[in-house]
Amino acid sequence: MKVKNTEDLREIKDKFFPLIKQRLGHRNGLGITQVLVCSGTACSSAESQDFRLELERELERRNLRDNVRIFKTGCFGFCQHGPIAMVHPGEVFYCQVKPDDVKELVETHFLSGRVVERLLYQNNGQRANNIEDIHFFQAQKRIVLRNCGVINPEDISEYIARDGYFALADIILNKKPSEIIDKIKKSGLRGRGGAGFPTGRKWEMTAAQDVKPKYVLCNADEGDPGAFMDRSILEGDPHSILEAMAVSGYCIGAAQGYIYIRAEYPIAVERLEIAIDQARGYGLLGKNLFGTSFDFDIGLRFGAGAFVCGEETALLQSVMGQRGEPRPRPPYPAQEGLWGKPTLISNVETYANIPVILREGWEWYSGHGTASSKGSKVFSLAGKINTTGLIEVPMGTTLRTIVFDIGGGIPGGKKFKAVQTGGPSGGCIPDKYLDLPIDYESLKEIGSMMGSGGMIVMDEENCMVDIARFYVEFTQDESCGRCTPCRVGTKRLLEVLKRITEGKGEMEDLELLEELAFDIRDASLCGLGQTAPNPVISTMRYFREEYIAHIRDKTCPAGVCKALLDYTVDEAKCAACGLCAKVCAAGAITGARGQPYRIDPEKCLKCAACVAKCPKNAITKGIRKEDVNIAETGIHTGTGGQEERAAL
Amino acid sequence: MVQYAHTGKESREREIPAPFVSEGKPEQKPDKEQTWEKKFNELDRYISLYAKEPGQLIIILQKAQDIFGYLPEEAQAYIAEKTGTPVSEVNGVVTFYSLFSTEPRGKCALDLCMGTACYIKGAQELMDTLKDQLQIDAGETTADHLFTVNTTRCIGACGLAPILVVNGEVHGNAKSGEIIKIIQKYRKGEDSESKKH
Repeated sequence: MKVKNTEDLREIKDKFFPLIKQRLGHRNGLGITQVLVCSGTACSSAESQDFRLELERELERRNLRDNVRIFKTGCFGFCQHGPIAMVHPGEVFYCQVKPDDVKELVETHFLSGRVVERLLYQNNGQRANNIEDIHFFQAQKRIVLRNCGVINPEDISEYIARDGYFALADIILNKKPSEIIDKIKKSGLRGRGGAGFPTGRKWEMTAAQDVKPKYVLCNADEGDPGAFMDRSILEGDPHSILEAMAVSGYCIGAAQGYIYIRAEYPIAVERLEIAIDQARGYGLLGKNLFGTSFDFDIGLRFGAGAFVCGEETALLQSVMGQRGEPRPRPPYPAQEGLWGKPTLISNVETYANIPVILREGWEWYSGHGTASSKGSKVFSLAGKINTTGLIEVPMGTTLRTIVFDIGGGIPGGKKFKAVQTGGPSGGCIPDKYLDLPIDYESLKEIGSMMGSGGMIVMDEENCMVDIARFYVEFTQDESCGRCTPCRVGTKRLLEVLKRITEGKGEMEDLELLEELAFDIRDASLCGLGQTAPNPVISTMRYFREEYIAHIRDKTCPAGVCKALLDYTVDEAKCAACGLCAKVCAAGAITGARGQPYRIDPEKCLKCAACVAKCPKNAITKGIRKEDVNIAETGIHTGTGGQEERAAL
Repeated sequence: MVQYAHTGKESREREIPAPFVSEGKPEQKPDKEQTWEKKFNELDRYISLYAKEPGQLIIILQKAQDIFGYLPEEAQAYIAEKTGTPVSEVNGVVTFYSLFSTEPRGKCALDLCMGTACYIKGAQELMDTLKDQLQIDAGETTADHLFTVNTTRCIGACGLAPILVVNGEVHGNAKSGEIIKIIQKYRKGEDSESKKH
């Protein structure tokens, strides 16, 4: 069937809306039970598909297939407690479901009508009877993720039942491109890929180019480690991206779009392929959309594991099948992009905002957020946090709300140390900024950036010097090698950081780090190089005392850097068996039968072989004893450092 | 068929990597020349499918890697000829992207996620265990062609950190002990799939 106008869409909507309505919490007497099984990457990795198949078999066996219907759905965001299965009516939210639970679920819930309490989420000891009771969801505002966990991403009818493609139909049939561009400009939407360029202006610039053909490009190369927003949107609501790309194609005058997606996201690729096929089948992509002369189609292009391809000029090269090396700008992609033609590049989340803005109006949209940053932002919360997952909050929400309210704080009663935002291009934010409302500007001011929205929480057991080293190692590895500041600079930066974490640093290294970092930032060709030193700059700004502890005191306060740890034998636990002394390659352990063994820190190579061997777990790694609590006293003691080196 | 210097019979035979020759039971082993030929035929299908559109080199290379297990020089040269791209350009692309490998990989691919979430939850310790157990570095293959260890970029399942991907199968909340078990299982010649289901 080809959709020709809004009436055709309405017909589909009317047919499928009852299902959706029930999922939205209406008891509309549908007479069926719906089970939504999360089929995002995290839940699928936790074998949600095995659960789904087992459930299907069990329902078949008991002849319940007509009464209970199973749907795949996108990410609920509650990844920590996956796999998730949600049952409507009742919004019963089952966590960590396994194939073994199927029998009980069918007998208790579907046959006897009682909730399986054991599978419900426990909120501080209290069972959450439905999704509303779960704290994680209460402070969120789902605008972009409105369809994730509600519709089946593999069925276009369900997207249409959620008013999908209505905006596209209305625009192509009744509106002028300039009207729409104006609306997007007024909404205040800014690019969600990181830099925050106003989306409406980008559309305007591309539309103003008097060159044909033009292209629309969607950047789905979500390379930031610890970020999975774009993946979740593509897996949970792929049609919203297709619709938005078609709208932008109409507005700028392009007939071809491409989605550049990383090969690490096989489920998202599959969903997109299905979505594109279905949209073509309904005539929502392809030639003569809605019977007009407007053509628009979308192709997929695949990344092959290069972080730099998230940079727009490098991405262009990669879409054309070349090495993903960036080039200087201008000319901007809006002027010269794919095959030298004007190209509109936006990130997945940016596109996902478009249908909502067009449907609800720019006035409504710009009512959310802060003065300079409108709307909401999707973040992926990960790291040392109780509830890892995908969240969406209005711009201007504080980190405290995100980390402690939604995320449930730090596990194990540990102390919060920092939040890392913006991936390898961002910075670490210390606890003093927990109450700062976050938007593009505020994050930039404190030396981090919005980035694409990865948020990694770190506790007192994470060493900030080690984290800086980790990120520089990442960017160093991903540096394409085109320009010298990035290629050589990051290498030198990494060498200095490694030296410090190995206890071989000197105080001058701090100055060297700073100088190098600023040089790399100022002289690199593309965004990757320019932002590569950010993790170093921000950790040096907020956690300088940790650097000093590593260099002057030769200690790692967090107990991470191996070379700076001491291994000690707990004499009370030691059984004096001598196994540790036998395994020690350095001969650092001495003792005799009946007497506790001791480790000579001077000889110890920190290989941890003795720790693994000890049957009594008597050997522990620890921070150097000479370490004085630096935060309190500001005085440093300990061996090593400049003075000793001078004496040598 | 056009004769290409790089895909000539002799060089193909010479370049057949060790796993294809030494692995497998003799009676099951098909004629190596025939296998190689078959693979090129399969590659042909993909080339004709994708080469119609411009800029599809990366997907062709990905398919080639799926077929051969890696990207031998012959395959690169073949793709270059068939798509009318200079070999240097094909090789440039192959060496640029980290997903492409020009060396044969082991039977069991162990990919350890080194995303930030996994790293701060102890991925480095897992890497140390892998290195210690297999005596190879990341990116290398064991001498018996059984294991290849690689670090991978974030696969986006951070809720399950740290993550080890064993032949495409995701193992969440991985622990050192579990890794040792997986390695031992493969060493015994058992397939993880068959044991699981």
